[in-house]
Amino acid sequence: MSGPSNFKPKSAILQWTERRLPILGLMHSSFVAYPTPRNLNYWWTFGGILSFCLGVQIITGIVLAMHYTPTVAGAFESVEHIMRDVNYGWLIRYVHANGASMFFIAVYIHIFRGLYYGSYKEPREILWILGVIIFLLMMATAFMGYVLPWGQMSFWGATVITNLFSALPGVGPKIVELLWGGYSVDQPTLQRFFSLHYLLPFMIAGVVVLHIWALHEVGQNNPAGIDVKSDKDTVPFTPYATAKDNFAMICFMIFFAWFVFYIPNYLGHADNYIPANPLQTPTHIVPEWYFLPFYAILRAIPSKLGGVMAMFGSIALLAFLPWLDRAKTRSARYRPLFKQFFWVFVIVCIGLGWLGSKPAEGAYVIASRILTAYYFIHFLVILPLLSYYEKPAPVPASIADSVLGNQPLAPARVKGSR
Amino acid sequence: MMNKNTLLALGVVSAISFGASFPAFAADDAHSTPQPPRLSWTFAGPFGHFDKAQIQRGFKVYREVCQSCHSMKLVAFRTLGQSGALGFSEGQVRAIAAEYQINDGPNDRGEMFQRPGRPSDYFPLIYPNEQAARATHNGALPVDFSVIAKARTYEVGFPGFLIDIVRQYQENGVDYIHALLTGYAKAPEGFEISQTQFYNKYFPGHRIAMRPPLEDNRVEYTDGTPQTVDQYARDVSAFLMWAAEPHLEARKRIGFQVMIFLIVFAGLAYFTKKKVWADAH
Repeated sequence: MSGPSNFKPKSAILQWTERRLPILGLMHSSFVAYPTPRNLNYWWTFGGILSFCLGVQIITGIVLAMHYTPTVAGAFESVEHIMRDVNYGWLIRYVHANGASMFFIAVYIHIFRGLYYGSYKEPREILWILGVIIFLLMMATAFMGYVLPWGQMSFWGATVITNLFSALPGVGPKIVELLWGGYSVDQPTLQRFFSLHYLLPFMIAGVVVLHIWALHEVGQNNPAGIDVKSDKDTVPFTPYATAKDNFAMICFMIFFAWFVFYIPNYLGHADNYIPANPLQTPTHIVPEWYFLPFYAILRAIPSKLGGVMAMFGSIALLAFLPWLDRAKTRSARYRPLFKQFFWVFVIVCIGLGWLGSKPAEGAYVIASRILTAYYFIHFLVILPLLSYYEKPAPVPASIADSVLGNQPLAPARVKGSR
Repeated sequence: MMNKNTLLALGVVSAISFGASFPAFAADDAHSTPQPPRLSWTFAGPFGHFDKAQIQRGFKVYREVCQSCHSMKLVAFRTLGQSGALGFSEGQVRAIAAEYQINDGPNDRGEMFQRPGRPSDYFPLIYPNEQAARATHNGALPVDFSVIAKARTYEVGFPGFLIDIVRQYQENGVDYIHALLTGYAKAPEGFEISQTQFYNKYFPGHRIAMRPPLEDNRVEYTDGTPQTVDQYARDVSAFLMWAAEPHLEARKRIGFQVMIFLIVFAGLAYFTKKKVWADAH
């Protein structure tokens, strides 16, 4: 993926194969020789962690699908069958359920890292847009997955979210019927959600391949936000990035295991251990934590259509980010004002998340409206204005300079780079 | 410069919007239920395990009191004897199962019949269907107890909900059940309540259709444990935690092994990373 590989296997058989299908060369140039900026910090390890999350979800999901029954009458009990009778079923299910949350924790860190260091800017626009598409697919997958246990939150969450589409003028009601496969959330809904929940992760995997392809074409951004200028600026992916990713991934697994083994239901809702009952609405219908900021935006707008537009708009806006923020300097490190607005934006997003978990009444609604307005102002007003008015600090001459200061580079110290 | 001011203004705006929401939060609390007291459970924390004597007592309370209305249809008799459970022998499980009548069939003549339970059977339904249950209880439905300990909780505000992650606190369900069972009281002056309902401090809305199920000395304990409502409530809650999460002990035991492995692995990975990067920085 980064130029022709000069990789030559030692064994004659592999040389024979390589001449006909250069797959080892592709692997070698993508994951061994691939030059990575030498100044990458630990925020850059979340790409690898996300691949790990996707792998975990697919493997545990395939096993769960072997024991799960996608029927209104059997779904809840089949999940309990997995929890009680399937060998290590409780482990597989808790890894899968918490894995979804871990996936979102990692993706949010990954996205905010991109926002902070300007990873969406020229020439990484397509890389960034592919990322937004993956994020959307993840949301769809997670939403449908949460419906499958057929508990109270599954049912009512599905009802509320699918009903949103009815706000669309004209086609709305038809779309809702199509999603439901009928006139209410019922058996056909559950069954098609199961089918799509199985399909979408493989679509995610496909877009991830494109995402990595685009990444390897343009090269990674880095904390200094400057281009790679010479070999001194990079180190080969293996062993440098692999060793670092490996350590970060194991630390992430410790965090993951903490939830799986000790507080496996912390991130879920108690209500989802009550079997779905179409005749009884729960007091508060709350989506999973990773949807809360968007849920707050949805409820902040008094009109239903407006709320739906704002919610989808808040995600769609991300795709236009490369053209909203026109500042030449990528990294927030050298953008003093942008850096501050970035942190305000982070706090606003967390605030929206908190408000999303609260009932839509009184001061919560007012606060949601203020923060929703700020969310859009950040992208549509602040970022474009900053591009013109902000005076960036001088950036270092090269990545090597930013790592090693102004000391001259002793030859021995760059042994690692090719 | 103008931006410093902008930032300040934004800070003020967001502070106001957050501040403004606190009165609403307080108002929300006033007409909701108090937080159930947190008890110390043997199965809490990283080395948590069930106190076999306690969950056996809880099982006794369930059988002699709760079972007259509440089913436990997802729990199989055989699980009573599995490891990390009540500690019953195979013979004991067989005997317990045989005390229940199970609907089976159809037989060769095409008829359904009743037979004594076997370890592979599940706790039978108390009522044939929901309508029958409601008809006997003035329209109220006695819920199934299989996962009740995970299906109930209470809200923990900020920052408590974050502290719970570090403390590994996930016993909210059993806290609630204990609080509910001990939370019956006389309705306060002016609180309207119908004849078929009872006042409970911890039940959302305070009107519960279940009459106070426990009273002191209702269930006989042979091991000298005090026969009080509070003790019964603790024991039956612990039993219900087991019923909802029968592999809890295995989960925590394996979790500890996984943690040790990962921490050692992380240490090795850290030093590997350090060695690899030693000549690059």
